[in-house]
Amino acid sequence: MRAIPLVLLAVLALTAPFWLANPYYLHVLIMAGIFAVLALSLNLLLGYTGQLSLGHAAFFGIGAYASALCTLKLGRSAWEGMALAALLAGVSGWAIGRLALKLRGAYFVLVTISFAGVISLVSVNWMELTNGPLGLPGIPAPELGPWSFRTKRAYYYLVLAAVALSYLVCRRLVDSRIGRAFLALRENEALAESVGIDVTRYLVIAAVVSAAMAGLAGGLYAHYTRFVSPEVFLFTYTVTMVIMVVAGGKGTLAGPIVGAVLFTALPEALREAASWQWQMLAYGLILVLLVFFLPRGIVPTLSRLRKSP
Amino acid sequence: MEALLQHLVNGLVLGGTYALLGIGLTLIFGLMNVVNFAHGEFYTLGAYTAFASLALLGLPFLAAIPVAIVAGIVLGALCERVLLRPLRGESIDSVMLVMIGLWIAMQNAELLGWGGAAKSIAHPFPTAPIVAGPLGIAPLRLFVFVTAIALIGAAQLVIHRTRLGRAMRATFQDADTAALMGVRIRRIHTATFALGSGLAAAAGALLGPIFLVYPSMGDLASLKAFSVVILGGLGNVAGATFGGLLLGVVEELGAGYVSSGYRDAVGFVIIILVLLLRPSGLFARSERIG
Repeated sequence: MRAIPLVLLAVLALTAPFWLANPYYLHVLIMAGIFAVLALSLNLLLGYTGQLSLGHAAFFGIGAYASALCTLKLGRSAWEGMALAALLAGVSGWAIGRLALKLRGAYFVLVTISFAGVISLVSVNWMELTNGPLGLPGIPAPELGPWSFRTKRAYYYLVLAAVALSYLVCRRLVDSRIGRAFLALRENEALAESVGIDVTRYLVIAAVVSAAMAGLAGGLYAHYTRFVSPEVFLFTYTVTMVIMVVAGGKGTLAGPIVGAVLFTALPEALREAASWQWQMLAYGLILVLLVFFLPRGIVPTLSRLRKSP
Repeated sequence: MEALLQHLVNGLVLGGTYALLGIGLTLIFGLMNVVNFAHGEFYTLGAYTAFASLALLGLPFLAAIPVAIVAGIVLGALCERVLLRPLRGESIDSVMLVMIGLWIAMQNAELLGWGGAAKSIAHPFPTAPIVAGPLGIAPLRLFVFVTAIALIGAAQLVIHRTRLGRAMRATFQDADTAALMGVRIRRIHTATFALGSGLAAAAGALLGPIFLVYPSMGDLASLKAFSVVILGGLGNVAGATFGGLLLGVVEELGAGYVSSGYRDAVGFVIIILVLLLRPSGLFARSERIG
């Protein structure tokens, strides 16, 4: 019985390109999928280990640039580009994790913001590599044998597969010994350490996986829009991810996906009614209201309502 | 050599306002443990208030700065009262999210109210620089530096010579004991946030005429304020003063001798290096206020 809604959801997701006639809706879904990967990635750090990274756009941007440069300058395929994106982002996640995870709370947050700030300035100023503020156009779409992912419909399935993959990776990780170690040190770090959990090691694992997933999302984004510019490092992306995770429900696996779909679709739906500034104003207010009135997020609140009739 | 001296002078002028920003933030961060991402928005508020008092109300230039400070204090007190007081005792992450929300909301409200186009604040000072030997300084910049230093002195007086300041220092050292001694902690928090926001608004009103006024100007100001706080050590007002001047000079030298494109990277690099190598700040004996 419990599986029925899930099956229904899977069928809906798999058939979406066939009953969504308008390609614009498909575009919104693709962006929602890319953001779902990002939100899942941030959730691994924020939801399961309790560390707020406000530099996540850096890993996204590193992935986007790595993948773009790999195809444009090295002439490799988009698949190799995306693998490199995840790899490079993962390595930078490892470096940041090693260095910064000695710090906690506000100080960790500030180091992650600063890291993103430096990377973003490099992308603007290193003209030879990144073409500066003009960005890199002409990134090819992925090809697989006779098939091309040039169309929105094909790309939708690629993104859907990436979301499924990220979900499974997170789920596998969270259900393992590692995931239990995450929760233990989120709830009480001193206690976790006293029973022999190597705090830094587990935090670094979380940072590496999280960064690699964000890098993959960057690669997906680059080959979808076929253009990258320093805008991929905008702090707005990080804030959007945070809102998605917090609104959906941090520390759950469904929460970030729900948050990603909701907060990609909502601004698009409001696009006609309100200008960009009004939307951003609303975003800020929503974030404030969420903390006050829905601190656990949508998914945990709903599942609580269902359990206690 | 002359270029070096000129860079130093320019750096100190900038640094004075960075110090104002940093003192405000170090009080809020140190005393209330609030990571105030909206700090830069109070800086923007100060700049727009100064612009509005001059261009719309027709006030004289010297009156615009106190008006901006009052606007910062009033709005700061209001934000603390409405947003932060109910959240006392919540996790630092929740408070941080609220401050991010406030930051986005304020910035876009400014964008809606004033439009995206940059505005310049007219000032009555002559543009010809005052020349002393090889050095030149625009009269406006000199005025900004002197005013900034005066305001820093005034803030120091408030912290060290008034009852409010003593209560603030006591709260910083030990909030529970201070409360037992009859300090009204909630009021101290409101006053601290108001004072910090007022100082940020002052910095905005002072730098507004030198640079341009635009809605996202506060983002960089927040960054600089955070680097100053981290340089000087949490809650350390003297440290923030020196940290601000140091940041101004280092930025100016970096822009002059390394690359102007990386000017704003100085603040980020300072945050990373200081937090990793010497997390209590460069000037810390111990974490303290005053």
